[in-house]
Formats: sequence, C-alpha cells, structure tokens
Amino acid sequence: MKAIGILALNEFMDGLRNRWVAAAITLLGTTALVLLLVGSAPTGTIRAGALDVSVVSLTSLSVYLLPLIALLLSFDALVGEFERGTMLLLLTYPVARWQVVMGKFFGHMMILLAAVVVGYGGAAVITVLFTDNGIEGWQAYVNMMATTLLLGAVFIALGYLVSVLVRERSTAAGAAVVLWLVFVVLYDLGLLGLLLADHEQRISQSLFSVLMLVNPADTYRLLNLTVFDTVGQVAGIAGVAARSGFGVTLLLCLMVMWVVVPLAATMAIFHRREL
Amino acid sequence: MAEGVTLDTAITVKGVVKNYGNNTVLRDVDLSVRSGERMVLIGHNGAGKTTLMKLMLGLTHPAAGRVRVLGNNPVTAAAAHRREIGYLPESVAFNSAMKGREMLTFYARLKGVVPAECDSILVQVGLEHAADRRVSTYSKGMRQRLGLAQAMLGRPRLLFLDEPTSGLDPSLRRQFYDLIDTLSLSGTTSLTSSHSLNEVEARADRIAIMKNGSIVACGTLAELSSQTDLPMVVRLRVTTGNTSRVAEQLAPMGEIHRINDHGIELSCLGASKMLLFRQVAGLGDAIEDFDVAPPRLDDIYNHFMKGVSLQ
Repeated sequence: MKAIGILALNEFMDGLRNRWVAAAITLLGTTALVLLLVGSAPTGTIRAGALDVSVVSLTSLSVYLLPLIALLLSFDALVGEFERGTMLLLLTYPVARWQVVMGKFFGHMMILLAAVVVGYGGAAVITVLFTDNGIEGWQAYVNMMATTLLLGAVFIALGYLVSVLVRERSTAAGAAVVLWLVFVVLYDLGLLGLLLADHEQRISQSLFSVLMLVNPADTYRLLNLTVFDTVGQVAGIAGVAARSGFGVTLLLCLMVMWVVVPLAATMAIFHRREL
Repeated sequence: MAEGVTLDTAITVKGVVKNYGNNTVLRDVDLSVRSGERMVLIGHNGAGKTTLMKLMLGLTHPAAGRVRVLGNNPVTAAAAHRREIGYLPESVAFNSAMKGREMLTFYARLKGVVPAECDSILVQVGLEHAADRRVSTYSKGMRQRLGLAQAMLGRPRLLFLDEPTSGLDPSLRRQFYDLIDTLSLSGTTSLTSSHSLNEVEARADRIAIMKNGSIVACGTLAELSSQTDLPMVVRLRVTTGNTSRVAEQLAPMGEIHRINDHGIELSCLGASKMLLFRQVAGLGDAIEDFDVAPPRLDDIYNHFMKGVSLQ
C-alpha cells in the first residue's frame, strides 16, 4: 500500500512539475466559467437554475475534453517508462507490477481531481458569488463533477491498456487518438447515421438505448442528462434515452466496469510481459 | 534458505536456459558468485550478459534451470529481498524534469530508506553541489553517478552494474571503480558487466567470459590464463656480446621473437615458466634484467572469442 502511495504522489508531483495540473485546471476552469456566465443569460423562459442548466452544456464539453486529457496523461504511462529504461529499474525495487499500475492510476486521478474540483468547482463558486443565480441545482452540478471524474478514470484505464499493448510511444500516441475519435466522435456519428438510414424504423427505442450503453461516453451523457428532472427538461435530445428508464445504479456500474476491466487487463498483460 | 545454497554464495545459476521467441539467448548457464566477491561478466554484444542479469534481478524467468540470489528465487522473492539489491541499468534516462535530490529521494522512499541517507550518498558520488539542479542539466557522467547513487541506497548486499562506465571519461571511470571497491571492502558483492577489459582486469576477483549465450570460462585472471595456454612474453636484457649464447640456451624453453645486441624477447608457456627462471638464474652475469608479461585479459578474451561471427 505504501508503494502505491509513493508512486501516486510521484506521478502527481510530475503533473505539477510539467504544468499538466495547471493546464488542465485552466482549460476546465475557463470553459466552465464561460459556459456558466453565458448559460445564465437565457434562463428566463426555461425556469432552471444556472447551475443545472450549465450541466447540459458542461456535460457536452466534458465528454470531449476529459477523455482527451485522460488519454494524454495515460498513453505514455507504461510504454514511456519501458522506452526510457526506468521501468526496468523501478521493478528491481520492492514494488509489484500491479502496484505500479495502481500507483500511476491514483496519481493521474489526483491530477484529474484537482482539475475538475478546482476548475469546474471554482467556476461554479465564482458564478454563485458574482451573479444573482443562487446555488439552486448544485446537486446536479456536483453529480456532473463526480461522473466527469469517472469518465476521466475510464479513459485513463483505456490509455494504460494502449500503453501496455504497444511497443513504442509513437504507436501509443496514435492509438490514443484513434481511441478518442472512436469513443467520443465516431461512435455517436455512427449512431446518428444509423438512425437516418433507418427509414423503416427497424431500430427500436430499446435497441437504440442499448447501443448508447456500449459507449462509456454516452453512458456519461445519460447519467448527467437524465438523472435530474430539471436537467432532463433542458437537455432535450438525451431525454429520449431517459424514457428508456435505465437506473442510475446500472449506468454507474457500467462506467465502473469500463474502469475496472481495462485496468485489470493492463495488470494481467504487464504481469506476463518479459522485460 | 533454499537447499544447496550456503551463506557464502550470493548468486547461484544452474543450467539456465532462456529463449526470446525462437532465439536462444542463454544456453545451459552455470555461474556461482561468492559473498563479497567482485565478479565481472565480459563478452561480445549479444552474448547474454544483460539477459543473465535480468534473470538474477527477477525481471524475467528462465525457460529451464534455477536461479538463486541471496538464497531466494528472484522472481517470487518478497519485497524485503529487493531491498538488499542495487541495480544500475545499462542505459537509463531518468525523468529529466526532476532534480537530482528529488529523484534519489523518490527511490529511497520506495526502498524504505530514510531520505537523510540520500545526502551522504550524494556526497559519496560527488553530486552534492548539483543535487538541486534538474537532471536535464546533468552531463552523461553525472547521470551515471546519479544512477550509481540510487543503486547504493540502503547499503545493498548485492550490486548489479550493467556496463557502468560506458561513456565516462578516464578519470570518472577511475572514481567509479574506486567507489565500487570501497563498497566491496565493506562486504558488498558485485556483478559488473563491462567491455573495458583493461579496467576490470585489476578490479575483478573473478571474471566470467560469455559467448553466444554460454559461459565459456570463469575464474581469476591467473586461472583463465592457465586455461588458455597463451604464452607469456619474457624480455631479457643481456650484456653485449652474449645474446646469441643466451638465445641458444633458452631456445628449448619457448619461441624466440626478437634478438639484437643487448636483448632477447621470447614467449613461453605457463607450464615451463619455472624451468625458464632456473635457466635464466643459471646464466649468471650475462643477464642484466628480465621482465615477464603474463597474457592480458585482452589476449585471453580474444582467445575465447575465436569463431564469434560479427552480427
């Protein structure tokens, strides 16, 4: 346990040193602030508090940004150390291979935690303090922050899997980009195309909902856009899926699985790997 | 403690085979390193030195055979086992954004060593003034010394050094070996791989020569030399006018290379060494001086490397 803590702290300090933490906080903080301030302008008609209205736009933003940040942090995590030769050295220390993976995971999660809490949280605090929108809807906002972290965890785990599977850093970088495109952009485009091409409406609502569950990014959308009624009202499009009635527990379990399975696979592959 | 291992043996390798795919890197390797010994591994590139070290470090496991390090199987050994081992990899690129002290402290924590020990190690490797600079500003020699510093953490009983002096200038090499000698005096066993034969010649208690995945010879310099039948070179300074007479007398002892007015150079086998000495002593005043050069590690190495194709 101690080894995991040391490795995690080292990874986090590394994030501070190479300005990753600062960059992520700035990116998330400024975009959230802009969306919060702009988002509070047109609320007159819809009757929703600024915070839960902004959950809709912030969710759409996070679904792009968080996987990107997470993959950038993680694609290099193992393959980079193999290439530099530091992994060879590290494994001669009293550290097990699974501890290396978990240590890095917690370290990277600390970076994401700082980015989400300081960035998104800070933006919300500023909005509440300096506009006349109250803290109404804060539960939906906190829910969004927590699930955003979970989304980040999913893509950190997927990034590790890429990192342990390939032999070169450049391959890992390419694979990470592909992963991001597929999960965040192409999958949804594909679903949309499928619906457009489906003139005879053979795709039932339930099949469509299941298809959305296959992708963790969509699961994340569902979690944020359907769980709270007020958010659902403004979200519009995702309200469709809302009516399919997936429970929060199911959605959360799915996302946690997307973290656990790639992490476990990474450890298993790493464990068998000849150095 | 595993069977067959005495306290005096730091490393035992028996019948070890290792393949990478279809490529056999180690074939039936036997090696035993005694406690406190300075063992040096030499051999051509790709002979299997690094692989053998990785096996001893438990980073990879053998296809056949047995490896015991400090009485443990290095692959399955508990964390405590690894605290007693230091390793300097052949080429390691430390995180260059870190400062020297930060890096060493990180490794110290992992090893369960009090961070205070880092300061004294930094002094020992001569990095105390550069400790608070980023590793990216370090020269090759400083990085190598930082590498040694982390290997020394926690006073390991056993040090693995994979080509520790490659890329260092002569005075740094000297400092490096002096440091290792100091550690050795305090009882640390070391296994060093090297291509610098001249350096290790004087610094090794025993030398193992690897060729195409096997250990072809292992022993002290004298033992290796006697295995090779390489001749020693004897130079005699002879009083003027006596050279032809002396040469005639010594001819049966060995092969005469050079002869001139005041000197003779001949090579003779180790077995007839004493015989030659007696002869020389019998020649009395005719011999002004004599000098014996046993075969160098270079020569021994070349002898064992015959037939290795360049890859």
